[in-house]
Parts: sequence; C-alpha cells; structure tokens
Amino acid sequence: MGWLDRERTIAPPGFNRWLVPPAALAVHLCIGQAYATSVYKTALVKHFGASLTEIGVIFSIAIVMLGLSAAIMGTWVDRNGPRKAMFTSAAFWASGFLIGSLGIFSHQLWLVYLGYGVVGGIGLGIGYISPVSTLIKWFPDRPGLATGMAIMGFGGGALIASPVSTALLKMYDPNSGAKGWVASGESVGKLFLTLAVVYLAYMMFGAFTIKVPAEGWQPAGFDPAKVKAASLVTTENVSARNAVKTRQFWLVWIALFCNVTAGIGILEQAAPMIQDFFRQPDGTSLASAAVAAGFVGLLSIGNMSGRFAWSATSDVTGRKRIYMVYLGVGALLYTVLALAGSTSTVLYVALAFVIISFYGGGFATAPAYLRDLFGTFQVGAIHGRLLTAWSAAGVAGPLIVNAFLDAKGRPGALNAASYQPALLTMVGLLVIGFVANLLVSPVDARFHEPRPGRVRSEEPALEG
Amino acid sequence: MSSAQTPVTPSTGKLVIAWALVGVPLAYGVYETLTRVAALFG
Repeated sequence: MGWLDRERTIAPPGFNRWLVPPAALAVHLCIGQAYATSVYKTALVKHFGASLTEIGVIFSIAIVMLGLSAAIMGTWVDRNGPRKAMFTSAAFWASGFLIGSLGIFSHQLWLVYLGYGVVGGIGLGIGYISPVSTLIKWFPDRPGLATGMAIMGFGGGALIASPVSTALLKMYDPNSGAKGWVASGESVGKLFLTLAVVYLAYMMFGAFTIKVPAEGWQPAGFDPAKVKAASLVTTENVSARNAVKTRQFWLVWIALFCNVTAGIGILEQAAPMIQDFFRQPDGTSLASAAVAAGFVGLLSIGNMSGRFAWSATSDVTGRKRIYMVYLGVGALLYTVLALAGSTSTVLYVALAFVIISFYGGGFATAPAYLRDLFGTFQVGAIHGRLLTAWSAAGVAGPLIVNAFLDAKGRPGALNAASYQPALLTMVGLLVIGFVANLLVSPVDARFHEPRPGRVRSEEPALEG
Repeated sequence: MSSAQTPVTPSTGKLVIAWALVGVPLAYGVYETLTRVAALFG
C-alpha cells in the first residue's frame, strides 16, 4: 500500500499548514473516547454479571497497551510517517470495537478484554503519537501551540463520546424510558458497532488530510536563530535509542510522572471527593449528586483547555519554566486544597480546576519539551517512550489515593480530613517533580547525531 | 530547498470544511458538558 508511505504524503508547494491540526484533532478526538467508558460500565457489569473491578480491567488493559505500543511502535511511526500510522491506528481502534461488540453479543468477557483492551489499546498508543512529530515540523515557530491543539483533542474526545453514547444507548434500547433504567448489553454491542464505523471514517479523514513538510521547509518569516536563542533549545538531533541514555530524558519522565500521578489522584475520585469534602456532621453532604456530576464536567473542561492554553503559553515562557509552574504552583495549590479546601465550595472548585488544567498542560507540553532537548529527528519515538510515565502514573495515582482512603474509613463516611494524607503525599510528589525539572540541562554533545563532516567516534554509553 | 514557503492557494474552502468537521462535534461536546456544569452554580 504505497499510497500510505511517507514519500506520498509530502506537501506540495502552497500547502496550507493549518490543515494539519484538524487532521491530528480528528484522530485524537476519536481515541479520546477512552475516557468516556463510564457511560456503559454499569450496563456491562449487569450484562456479564461481573464485578465493577472486572469491567474496569477493560480500561486498565487499554491504558497499559497505550503506553506499551507508544513506546514500542514510536520508531516505526517516525520512520513510516503519519498517514500510515493514523491508518494503522484507525484499523486497530475500529477492530477493537468490532471484537468488543462480538464479545458483548456472545457473552464472552475475554473477547472484550482482547478487543477494546488489547487491540483497541494498540490503536490508542499509535494514534496518540502519530501526528506529534509532523505537527512539530510544520510549526517550528509554535510547537507548543501545535501539539496543544492535537492533544487537547484527547481531552475533548470524551466530552463528545459521553453524550453521544448516552443518546445512542437510549435509541438502541426499547426499555430506555423505564425507571432506574440500565442499558442492555445488546444496546452496548450496537453502540460499539456504531462507534467502530464512525471512528474509522473520522480517522481516515485525518489520515488522508495529513501531509509532511518537504525537506528544508520553513514557515514564512521564521527565523531559527530566535528559537536557538533559548539555552535549552537545540538545533542538534538525538536518536530515540540515545535519548533514553540521557539524564534529561529521565528527569522529564519523573516530572511528567509526578504531574500525572497528582492529577489522576483528583480525577479518579472527583465525584465522591467533592461530596466528602462538604460532608456535614450528620453524614449528609452539601454537594448533591448533580453538583458532583457538574464538578466532573468542569474538570473535563479544565483538563481539555489546559492542554491547549498552557502548551501554547509555553512557546512564550519556555518549557522548563511552564513545568515549574505546573509542579511548583501545583504543589502550593494542592497544599491549600488539603488544608483549606473544605472552607468554601468556590475555593475548592477553583483550586481543582487550575490543578487539573496543569495536569492537561503537562501532557500537551511534553512533546515540545522533547523537541527542545532532543531535536525533531525522532521526537515521536522519544515521546512514545516518555508515555510509559503515564502508564506508571495510571497505576500509582489511584493506588496512593485508594490506599489512604481505605485506611480512613468506608465510602460515604469520609470527610475532608480523610483526604489530607493522600493530598499531602501528592504535594511531596510534585516537589520531587519540581526538583527533577529544575535539574534539566542541555543534552551532552556526545549524544548528538553525526552531521556531514562530523563523526562520532563510538556509541555513547548511559549517562551517569 | 531552504526558502520560506508562502501559501500560493489558501484553499479556504478545504480549510473551513476540515476545521468544521472537528470543531462542530467538539463545540457540541463542550456545550453538553457546560449544561451539566450549570448544576454546580445553580
């Protein structure tokens, strides 16, 4: 299939680079559905007669596969270009839904694990990194803005998938008007089939719209010397294999891990947390279920808008400084939340909103940070390896929060004080991330790729 | 080929369609979410 090759996607003269962000967004909006699985979680529990944990495993497998496939397939994505990567991602993502629907119709939960979890998860990982290096090459003047636009889509995908899935489930289930209605397994199966077709079409639009810039292309008026003026920004290139040998890669990994772990701590517990924070001595809460649902929605908006706004801001401030804000100011806000969050709902909501916007910002700014440190050569592959920090944080964040809360009492009887140990642990993590980010310095020249007339005497060893 | 590339044909129609294809669903998702958020301030 030569029409998918990188060589066939080189932009002709006059191509408008602003066609590239919607192509990237098309893919990220589709794979962002991964954060809308709660819509049919209860329906699957009932359909399979399984526990919440057994159904939750579907999502966990998908996120682990996201990290693994991004890390393993990153170099392949960089070598083969964005069109082939998006096409492959679409095939895996849609196949995941098809296999998953087969599992639902045939009452085989393992098929849902294999389909949505494993196959779909591979589609998630390839899709997530597929447009990143292309965007950075099209927008050397605003890499943070460009990757922020795409990665914002991952946050936005859930905002679309959630109401659309609810509407489709109601349409497919004749009993949807009944009191205490839970969608039938058959309607979830039909939903999966619909999503497979719609997402395949949308992602194909992205695959066939995206183009890579011709060798040496630069935007009009762009002066590389201005970018180079920042001390951390390199014009050299480092391969993915060498990047993981550098101290800088692991410092950024730690910074991202700490930022994501802290954010997930709030996101995972958002709805019960606001109710617990405003629990009265008689056991009732000032925050109703509707208020809690509104709070979760507000956090989704904060997560999505933070991805775009903070990443775009990093083009002005520099990547290291914006990470100091995410981690340093984040630690301060977390402390206030832990110690004074229960004094006012307005204060609580405002603090959580900003903290979650930092969480999203950390994700979206990471590719541009890697570009600054390692150049554009294999930035997609390096980004793929960095995403293992996300997988690790996905395990660590909920584990920390749940372990502390389990020790404090049972759900429904917790209050603001119950959350203090977990939140203050997150503050400690953010401080560790802050220090790691502070230690980031330019990459040593021995890791740079050879240029014409300059050879590297030997393969660089792991940096001590 | 290191010269700066200025768009020769802005392909405005294509640009509008491409952005609408992603912008309209995203705007719908944000609107639906904001209606839920309203409960927070109601």
